[in-house]
Amino acid sequence: MTLRDVVITGVGAVTPLGVGARTLHERWTAGATGIRDGEAPCAEFDPTHHMSGKQARRADRSTQLAIAAGNEALADAGWADGLPYDPELIGCVLGTGIGGISTLESNHDQLRDAGPGSVSPLAVPLMMSNAGSAALSLQHGLRGPVFSVVSACAAGSHAIGTALRMIQHGDADAMVTGAAEAPLTPLSRACFEKMGAISPSGVSRPFDARRDGFVMGEGAGVLVLEAGDAARARGARILGTVRGYGSTGDAHHITAPHAEGRGGARAMQVALRDAGVDPDGIDYINAHGTSTQLNDRAETRAVKTVFGVRAGQIPVSSTKSAIGHLLGAAGAVEAVATVLALRDRVAPPTIGWEEADEGLDLDYVPGSARRLELSDGRPPVALSNSFGFGGHNASLCLEGV
Amino acid sequence: MATTTTPQDVEATVIENLVAFGADPDAVTRDATLENIDVDSLDLVELTQVVEETYDIDLDGADFKDVKTVGDVVDLVVARVQG
Repeated sequence: MTLRDVVITGVGAVTPLGVGARTLHERWTAGATGIRDGEAPCAEFDPTHHMSGKQARRADRSTQLAIAAGNEALADAGWADGLPYDPELIGCVLGTGIGGISTLESNHDQLRDAGPGSVSPLAVPLMMSNAGSAALSLQHGLRGPVFSVVSACAAGSHAIGTALRMIQHGDADAMVTGAAEAPLTPLSRACFEKMGAISPSGVSRPFDARRDGFVMGEGAGVLVLEAGDAARARGARILGTVRGYGSTGDAHHITAPHAEGRGGARAMQVALRDAGVDPDGIDYINAHGTSTQLNDRAETRAVKTVFGVRAGQIPVSSTKSAIGHLLGAAGAVEAVATVLALRDRVAPPTIGWEEADEGLDLDYVPGSARRLELSDGRPPVALSNSFGFGGHNASLCLEGV
Repeated sequence: MATTTTPQDVEATVIENLVAFGADPDAVTRDATLENIDVDSLDLVELTQVVEETYDIDLDGADFKDVKTVGDVVDLVVARVQG
């Protein structure tokens, strides 16, 4: 069975670096950071600029971020004036790690302080983890496969991989996919701090010897994927190709990665095999790179397992150095950043990397962005990794134009 | 509180809340149908919560089965307050 190729025709993002996918790409490449006082909020995001008052009231902040990124991605794909395919063959798969936690918290406050009659009738549709895909489906009339996936910090990459399969197998001709997360709330902040995941220094410096945890951020990334033949037939502007996808489970520990990055390595290998790309064909890796002791060591080992002696020659950088860790949204935002980096033939930097740690000796692109050196005329190819609590691993193989 | 509530008070409360829920302020009149001003079942559940609290009354979904316009909503609440 020959699978259809799947191209990326639109991207959108709301991140701590600002509103817009190009804003993310340009500011990260320039070395800017969206981290303030140990957190990474989307300070420039005003929901009323992106949706009606009614729509905003009916959306948790995580869904508001998804709506804004989704609107941008659809417009970027040239869909602003209408859907280019049968709506029943356009779906939406979004990811989230937690869902509408601010809604959950505020309604719990109401319940505690004023009793069961005081909770909002909107609480359920706002806090459900599938609210993001439902909102984009409703707004744009997408009537193909519509659902959300939940796999902690791997959710965004799982969503994109699932959307890829939907198109490859003909369940849809196009998919709107990505992820959103809005976890900057008192409860989630306290919970992540209590488990020791958050950086006490408030600095995100993936792969640096001084790394001490992640900086929590919020945001959303959305991509429009289309069957390649259909996109070319309508003359779509193509940003890149989703070449492959690998997904594995560690079956090792509820939060810690396997010390050798066993599951992460296998996710990369599966993605390469799925893409039909040899390890020598990878020009850049967008790392999960959380700035935790365990992830960054295990991921480094995983890269070495997959790429062997060539591991040290591949630029590896972490978007989380610029925007912190967007949890379930991370993989989607990082896929957006990777697609635009490949288009511009650039490896954005791991901001703040200064001190090498023993055994962590890959090329983490310290200092500033660097041109991607391509030996021949082919388009650049990258892996984008996401690993989640629960031992969930997902790797995407993305190709630029 | 119910003894001093006027129909005008109720109308003002209903309109104020429907606008807060996202309805167009210029379109929310007594004669406007809920459908035309895009007020749906979730809005009515939210409105019910507000008027129950404000006027110390009880309403349930069945009470709204014949409600078509903003005026119908106001009249329903007024009848319950005065009843």
